[in-house]
Amino acid sequence: MTTKMFGAPVQRTEDLRLLVGNGRYLDDLGEGAYEAAFVRSPHARARITGIDVTGALDVDGLIAIYTYEDLAGRVAEPLPLLIPHPALTHGRTAYPLAKEFVNHVGEAVVMVVATDRYLAEDACERITVEYEALPPVVGIENAFRADRLVHDDVPGNCAAHLVQEVGDAPAAIAAAPNRLELKLDIERSACMPMEGRGVYARWDAADESLRVYTSTQTSTGVRAAVAAKLDLPLDRVECVTPDVGGGFGVKIVHPWPEEILIPWAARLLDHEVKWTEDRREHFISAAHERGQLQTVRVGFDDDGRLLGLDVEILHDNGAYTPYGIIVPIITSTQLLGPYKPGAYRVDFRSLYTNTVIVTPYRGAGRPQGVFAMERAMDAIADHLGKDRTEVRAVNFIQPDEMPYDHGLLFQDGRPLIYDSGDFPGSLDALKKLVGWDEFEAYRAQARAEGRRVGIGVACYVEGTGVGPYEGGHVQVETTGKVVVATGLTSQGQGHQTVFAQIVADELGVPIEDVTVTTGDTRRFPYAVGTFASRAAVMSGNAIALAARNVKAKALRIAGEALEADPRDLEIVDGHVRVKGSPGASVALGTVAVLSNPLRYAFDEASKAATQLTGKADFSKPPVAEDDEPGLEGRDYYSPPTATFANGMHAVIVETDPDTAEIRILRYCVVHDCGHLINPMIVEGQVHGGVAQGVGGALYERMEYDEHGQLVNASFMDFLMPYASEVPKIEIDHLETPSPLNPLGIKGAGEAGVIPAAAVFASAIEDAEGFPITRMPIQPSELFHLRKRFAAGEIPALRRGADHAAGTHR
Amino acid sequence: MTETQIPTEQRLDIRLSVNGVPHTTTVTPRRLLSDCLRHDLGLTGTHVGCEHGVCGACTVRVDGKPMRACLMFAVSAQGHEITTVEGLAEPDGTMHPVQQAFRECHGLQCGFCTPGFLTVVSAFLEENPTPTEEEAREAVSGNLCRCTGYQNIVKSVLRAAEITEERKGCAHAEGDAR
Amino acid sequence: MKPPAFRYHAPTDLAEALDALAEVGHDGKVLAGGQSLIPMLNMRLAAPAHLVDINGLGELAYVRTDPGGVAVGALARHAEVEADEAAHAVVPLLRQGLRLVAHPVIRNRGTTVGSLAHADPSGEMTAVLALLGGSMTLARKGGTRTVAAEDFFVGPLEASIEEGELAVAAYFPRLPGRTGTEFVEIARRHGDYAMCGVAAAVTVDDDLRIVSARAAYLSLSPVPLVLDLTDALIGRTADTAVWQDAATLAAGSLEPEGDIHATAEYRAQLAGVLTVRALRTATERAALVDPNGNTGTTSTERSAR
Repeated sequence: MTTKMFGAPVQRTEDLRLLVGNGRYLDDLGEGAYEAAFVRSPHARARITGIDVTGALDVDGLIAIYTYEDLAGRVAEPLPLLIPHPALTHGRTAYPLAKEFVNHVGEAVVMVVATDRYLAEDACERITVEYEALPPVVGIENAFRADRLVHDDVPGNCAAHLVQEVGDAPAAIAAAPNRLELKLDIERSACMPMEGRGVYARWDAADESLRVYTSTQTSTGVRAAVAAKLDLPLDRVECVTPDVGGGFGVKIVHPWPEEILIPWAARLLDHEVKWTEDRREHFISAAHERGQLQTVRVGFDDDGRLLGLDVEILHDNGAYTPYGIIVPIITSTQLLGPYKPGAYRVDFRSLYTNTVIVTPYRGAGRPQGVFAMERAMDAIADHLGKDRTEVRAVNFIQPDEMPYDHGLLFQDGRPLIYDSGDFPGSLDALKKLVGWDEFEAYRAQARAEGRRVGIGVACYVEGTGVGPYEGGHVQVETTGKVVVATGLTSQGQGHQTVFAQIVADELGVPIEDVTVTTGDTRRFPYAVGTFASRAAVMSGNAIALAARNVKAKALRIAGEALEADPRDLEIVDGHVRVKGSPGASVALGTVAVLSNPLRYAFDEASKAATQLTGKADFSKPPVAEDDEPGLEGRDYYSPPTATFANGMHAVIVETDPDTAEIRILRYCVVHDCGHLINPMIVEGQVHGGVAQGVGGALYERMEYDEHGQLVNASFMDFLMPYASEVPKIEIDHLETPSPLNPLGIKGAGEAGVIPAAAVFASAIEDAEGFPITRMPIQPSELFHLRKRFAAGEIPALRRGADHAAGTHR
Repeated sequence: MTETQIPTEQRLDIRLSVNGVPHTTTVTPRRLLSDCLRHDLGLTGTHVGCEHGVCGACTVRVDGKPMRACLMFAVSAQGHEITTVEGLAEPDGTMHPVQQAFRECHGLQCGFCTPGFLTVVSAFLEENPTPTEEEAREAVSGNLCRCTGYQNIVKSVLRAAEITEERKGCAHAEGDAR
Repeated sequence: MKPPAFRYHAPTDLAEALDALAEVGHDGKVLAGGQSLIPMLNMRLAAPAHLVDINGLGELAYVRTDPGGVAVGALARHAEVEADEAAHAVVPLLRQGLRLVAHPVIRNRGTTVGSLAHADPSGEMTAVLALLGGSMTLARKGGTRTVAAEDFFVGPLEASIEEGELAVAAYFPRLPGRTGTEFVEIARRHGDYAMCGVAAAVTVDDDLRIVSARAAYLSLSPVPLVLDLTDALIGRTADTAVWQDAATLAAGSLEPEGDIHATAEYRAQLAGVLTVRALRTATERAALVDPNGNTGTTSTERSAR
C-alpha cells in the first residue's frame, strides 16, 4: 500500500547531494572559464569624464576591457523596464555599463575579463576613471523635497504617483468620532542570500548557440532577455539554473547588467566567461528594499471599528526602476490585512535617490504595509483603552464573508479578492499559544523583579500564488521512473521534494521513483519564476494536473492491455491494476513502452510489453489522430486571482532598563496557508522568514551617509542575525484550504517575515510605554527615545503610565 | 596613472593533504585556501559567502579544528590535515552523523551555508558529545544562515549527538556479537 | 574581493624571520593568524609588497606560565591561550577576555600576540594587556626590546613596532594580592566587536575592603584606556560599595565617539553600566582569592601546536 505523501514531513531528496558537498552552485561551474570583474562607481552621482585603461594593459592574464563605448546593438541600450505600469510615468533604467553618468555607488562602469578573478581585480585597480562628482540625492525626505534631481528629466524625483480609493476616506475620517494620525518610518534592508549573484556563459560557435547558467529566480525570463539583447533566436539560447544559494527576491530581477554582459563577452571572445559576485558587490550593486515613509490617518468608532483609512506613502526606489513599482503597489493593497478598512484611500509616490535600486525582498512591501496597519490598530486600542486583540477582532473580515472583494487592484493587476481564511480562529489560536490573557500577571511579576517586559501582536494577509501561470511536464520512462519538469527555479524551498510528493500521490508511484527538474529551459521553456510565494501553488497545481493527464493516459493504455474499463483501474505502487483484483496488473513502465508504437526491445520492460500487445487494427494508424506517442503529460495552471494566506504573530520582549538591549523571550506564530504539502518544509519557511524579520526589526539596515556611500557594506557592519540572535520560534497551523486550486493550497514562502517589524514595535512600545514609529530599532536608538520620553518630547501611551514608566535601578 | 612595472608573480608548488588525500598543485602565495580547494583541487563543497571571515560558509577543519578557509592562504595550509565537507562521510558513503541529522531535521534549505555548519558541528561534537540546547546554539553562532532561521540547525546538532551515540551503541553491539 | 599580489616569505625560524623583516623593511607585513590582516587584504584595504609568514616558527607557539605571569608567544592561537589552565590560574583575566574575542572558529586561527600588534582599540586583548600593565617583546635582527603596554599602543591600529621588528611575545603579569578581575562587554551581535567593553581589576585587603580598583575600556578611545577608580571605592566592601560612584568618576575621563551602532552618549551610558558590572564581579571574585594560594607557582609550559 502506498502511503500518502501529500501532507507528510518527507525528508528532502535535495539534501542527499547538498550535504556531502555535491551541490552545484554557479561558481562551482565553469572551471577554465575566463572571469570578469567590474570597476564600479565610487560616487553616488557623477559624470564620467574619462576612462584610462593603459595601466591595466600589462596585467598578466588580462583578456579584455570593456566600457560603454564598446557595447553595440541592443546591448548598448538601457536595460529593460521589466514591469511597466500606467502610473510609472517616469521609469528609468541603467545601461549595462554606465554611459556618461553614474547614479549610485556600485554602478558598473568598466568590465574586465581575465584568466582569473584575482587578475581581473588587479586590472580593475589599475584602471583610472575620472569623474566630475555631482551632489547626490540621499534619503526619502531629500528626494521628496527635490532640491536636487537624480535624473534631470524627472521632475520632483517622482517615478510614479498612484492613488487608489474605495469610498471617500478623508470624508469618513472627518466624520468619525475618533481620529488619529501616525507618521511611520521603515529603513532599508536587503535579501542578502548567502550566495551572491553569478553568471556563466558558454558560446558554441559551431552551433551559434549560447548556454547561460545564472543564479536566478527566473531562467525563462533571463533566456528571453539574453536572446533579445544579443539578437539571437530564442531556440539558440538555453538558460540553466544550477543550485541557487538563496534568493529572497533579489534574483528575480532580470536581466541584471551582468546577465547581458557575460554572455555578450563569451560570444565576442568565443570563450567561456564567468562572473561570481563578491559580497561587497552584492551590497552596492544588487538591490535593497523596505525604505518607506508612511503617514496613516484613521477614523474609527468607539469600538475601534475603522470608518476611514487614508495612507500616504513615500517609497524610495533607488536610482532606477527596472522592476517597476511592484513594492509600493503591494504595500498599498496588502496593508489592509485581515481587516475591513471602511473607506480607503492610498496614495504613493515612488521616488528616485542616488542609491542602489529597490526591488522586492521577501515580503515585498508587505512588512511596511503591515507596520502601517498594525501600528494603527495598536494606536486605536491605546486611544480607546481597549485590549489590542479586541480592536483587531472587531475589524476582522469574517469567514462567512469570504470570498471578500476589497474593490482594489492587486500587484498582478487583478481584483484584490480574498479567497478564504478564518481570522478569528487564527487570533484565538495565537492568544492561546502565547498566553495573551495571562500576560498581565506575568508583567506584574516581572516588574516586581525590576524587569521590563512587553507583548506585541501583528496580523497579516499575504497574496500568494500570483499568476499568470506555471506549467508542468510529467513523463513515465520505460523503467517506470518518473521525470518531472517545471520551469520555475528553486533556491532551497525543497521543490524537488514537494513536487515529487504531489506526483507520487497523483500517479500512485513511490516517491523515490520521481525526479524533478526546475529552472532549466531545456526541459521546460514556459515559466514565470519563483517569487511571491507562488511556486507550490502554481507549479504544484500545474504538475498535479499534468500528472492527472498522465494517469488518464496510463489507465487508457493499460485498460486496452488488460482488457478492462479504465474506470475500473487504479495505480498502486507503480502498477496499474484492476480494483479489487490485484492479480491483474501491469507495471507503469510497461505502460510507457506500450504508449510508443516504436518498440525496440532495449530492456526488460520492452520485452514484457510485447507480451501484452493486443490484436492490431490495421484500419487505424499506429498513433491515433488524437494521440501522441509516449506516456507523458503537460499542463498549465493559471488561476483567475491570487490566493490569500494569513498569519498572526506575537512576541514577548524584555528591554534592559540600563542598556536598552532588547531581548526576545518568546516568539509565537499562527500560520494558515491552506493544506500543507510538507509541514516540515512549511515550518522551515516560516522559521527563515521570522529570522529575517528579527533581522529587519532589530539588526539590519542599510546605512547611507549624506554622500550616498553605503557605510556598512560588509557582514561586519550589516548585522544579519546569527543563531544567538534568533529566538526559539513556536508555531501553530490552521489549514483553511483555498477554493481556487485543485490542491487547496496557498503559498508560504514569505509569510514569516511579514509582520515582524510590526510585532516588535508593538511589544517594545508595550514594554516602554511610549510609541515606537521607526524600525528597525537598535539599543542605541531606544536609549535616546527613552531620554526624549523622559524629557517630555514623546507622548506617553495612555496605558503607558500604568505599567512601564521608569523602573531605573 | 601608475606606470610601475608589474613584477612577475611568485608561484609556489605546494602539497596539501585534504580528506586524507595528498595533492600537489601550483599556486600564487595570495591564493586563498578556499579558492585553492574549490578551483585548484575541484572540491567545490566548501563555499565562499563573504571573503571577510564573518559568514562561515567556507569553514574547513585544519588538523581537526574549524577555521575559515577564506582567511588562510593555501601556502600556509601545507603540513596540516584539511577536512572539507567532502571528507565527512565514511569511505563507504555512510553520512556523518551531523549530515544525517541535518537531513532528518531539515537543517538546511538552499544548502549554501551548510558545509560550514557541518564542519563546525562535527568538530564541536567531538569536544562536547552531549551538548545542551544552549551549548548547541552557541556552537553554531559563528555561522550565518539566511534560510533556516537556525531552528532546525540547533535541532540537528542535538540530533547528531544522539545519532553518534546510537551508532556507538550499534558498534558495541556488533563487537559483542563477535 | 581577492587579495593583491605580494612577495611571500616563509621563514622556518626566528632568525630567518628577522632577516626577512630586515630585508623587506616598511614594505612588509607579518602574517600570523591573519584573521584581521587577510580580510583587509581581501578588501584591498592593505597591499603590502611582502608578507612574512611566521606560521613556520614553531618556537613561538607557546604559552608559558610562571608565578609572576603568563608569556604568550607570537604563534599561540587565542584558543590555545584560552584553554590553558595554568595561564588561567595565574591570570584569569586572559580567559575572561579571550572568550569574548570574535567566534571560536576565529580564535582557532587568530593569535593573541597578533591581535595586540594589530592594536585595534576594539580588540579585547589590548584592554587586557593595558589593565594588567603587561608588555610586549619586540625582536629585530640583532636585538630585542621590551615595550610596556602603555607605550605600545600608539593609536587606532597603530603600535610602536618599528620597521624590521617582530612582536615575538606578550607578557601578562599576575596581579598581586587578593585581586579579582572581570571582563564584560556589550556587542550588537554575539561575537561582534563590542560597542563598549570594560575589564576591571579590584584588590581587597584581608577585611575584604577595596584598596585598589582599576578599569580598562574597550572601543571608547583611540588606544586602550585604563582608569584608576580607587578613589570612588576605597575602604568599601562588595556589600557597601556605591558602584555608581565609580562609574561617575570614570565618566569624567571618557570621551567616546559615535558610530552607526552606538552614539557617543549611548556608549558613555554603556561604559557606566559595564563599569558597575565589572567592578562588582571583580570585587566579589577578589574575596574568593586565597591570599596564600600557590596557584601559578609551578612553571608550566606547553607546546601550543
